[in-house]
Amino acid sequence: MSTNKSNRQILEGSQAIAQLINNIKPGVVSAYPITPQTHIVENLAKFKADGKAKYEYVRAESEFAAASIVLGASATGLRVYTATSSQGLLLMNEVVYNIAGMRLPVVMTVANRGVSAPITIWNDHQDAMSVRDAGWIMLFAENHQEAIEQHLLAYKIAEKKKIPVMVNIDGFVLTHTYEGVEVPSSTEIKKFLPDYKPKAGEYLDTAHPRTFGAFAAPAHYMEIRHELHEDLRNCQSEILEEYESLKKLVPNAIKQTEKNAQINNGLVEYYGPKNPKIVLVAMGSLIGTIKDAVDKLNIKSHVKHYVSPTSVGVLKIKTFRPFPDKAIVDILKNAKYCAVIEKAVSLGATDGPLAIDIKSAAKNSIKTKIQSYVVGLGGRDITQDRIARIVVDVQKKDDRMKFVG
Amino acid sequence: MKQIRIHGRGGQGVVTAAELIAIAAFNNNKEAQAFPSFGVERTGAPIEAFARIDDKPIRTREHVYHPDILIVQDASVMAAVDVAKGCDEKTIVIINTSLSKDAIKLNLPKENIFPIDATKIALEILGKNIVNTIILGAVAKSTNLFTMDAVKKAIKQKFGGKSQELVDKNIKAVELAYNM
Repeated sequence: MSTNKSNRQILEGSQAIAQLINNIKPGVVSAYPITPQTHIVENLAKFKADGKAKYEYVRAESEFAAASIVLGASATGLRVYTATSSQGLLLMNEVVYNIAGMRLPVVMTVANRGVSAPITIWNDHQDAMSVRDAGWIMLFAENHQEAIEQHLLAYKIAEKKKIPVMVNIDGFVLTHTYEGVEVPSSTEIKKFLPDYKPKAGEYLDTAHPRTFGAFAAPAHYMEIRHELHEDLRNCQSEILEEYESLKKLVPNAIKQTEKNAQINNGLVEYYGPKNPKIVLVAMGSLIGTIKDAVDKLNIKSHVKHYVSPTSVGVLKIKTFRPFPDKAIVDILKNAKYCAVIEKAVSLGATDGPLAIDIKSAAKNSIKTKIQSYVVGLGGRDITQDRIARIVVDVQKKDDRMKFVG
Repeated sequence: MKQIRIHGRGGQGVVTAAELIAIAAFNNNKEAQAFPSFGVERTGAPIEAFARIDDKPIRTREHVYHPDILIVQDASVMAAVDVAKGCDEKTIVIINTSLSKDAIKLNLPKENIFPIDATKIALEILGKNIVNTIILGAVAKSTNLFTMDAVKKAIKQKFGGKSQELVDKNIKAVELAYNM
């Protein structure tokens, strides 16, 4: 399409993801359209209609049905895909729990959007947070290229560990934005992600009968849930390994590590100095704005008590479930202040959901002051100026959760 | 980094204009980003779209508050929206209007204001008031953001899937705007 470096194209985030999913060659795609996920599934439907795709595209009458269809298709041993947003994810909730409990390797894109009421079509992470306890691996992408990287990791890990993966991409901010991205071809993808061939007994097959989602009495239910929890926790090492493998086998698929990034792996990215005084933690596309804000802090003299960028670092949580507590604490341990900047709220709780997890990981082991900042709910624009103000605010004495914006 | 803000009304292809700008810049080997200020997309409602162009990867996602280039696709929005907000003495302004430079009520340096009667060209060549490609010709002429070849390629990329006639008409319109 362009003479720009290698095979990079300029695409809307949704187009890039749809092209990638087609190249990954799922057996079944099922979805119900909802803003801002719509362009992804419209593109997938169009590929099918134009004869450019081999998957079955099953139109569903609701998100509950779409999730149920991919559950069933996955149980028959096929690679599957679905995508949703907001109320769609809430409507899927029961099936989302079942998919994880049945250990089905479903991959779903969530084009993150706020939740009702009041009705909003705009971006935040409240939809994803509503299913954080469901037993899925949850990845969050900063930009188009990282979304490509994470969808490839998603299929590899889901099919290897029999745990579903949800890739979160910010609605509109990534789905409707044009930017440069490289979508690897089917041939390139195959080097990393082979065809999905589950073993006999792992899927519904009359020759090897088995039951999915069976009844479990008190004597066994707890062990089964405990096992899922442990398996999910242990996926951290798998995510780290597979990220390295992807980097080696399909280097053009991954987001390049920036010069100022000290750490970039499947779980986290840390951008900034070796021994930061302040660390800003966030997930998803907001990270780009934060990086630019932090780089500019040394020339922004209008911000009172400004700190040199040599003492502010940015920690991106790429994998939210399983929660990479050790990786996070290791980065935060020498910092004096930590601002957790998140597009979600746990109504009635002491802090935002990500901040609660970070405080839980840090308790009794580090002295860093950790403060929760709720930003960007329902699409409120998050400016670099707001980020600079949070850097000032986190150094103050109080530590209560704040809504900023 | 060059930041572009486009004002217009729903149904006039404001978002497509931002996308075409980003595609054209990308065609000239620049990094580019385009995104709408997502409103409730009713036909006729004032809307905005943004683009950024740079030599290095673009990371920030905030709206464009201080545009280097301001595009007004429909001058009637100026009655409802302060289009000049965040602009300065260097901001290049491209306005679709039949008015002359002196008749435009905008508190910005006259030498930076470039009026173009894009609606007239659109009605003549495209048969409807969709001015985004025509504006692109004016941008190519008034700035050095991208070449005309990159614009024509962007039009082919964006509309090629629809019809050859649509591509041809838009290229004709953009050339006319550029040569005015």
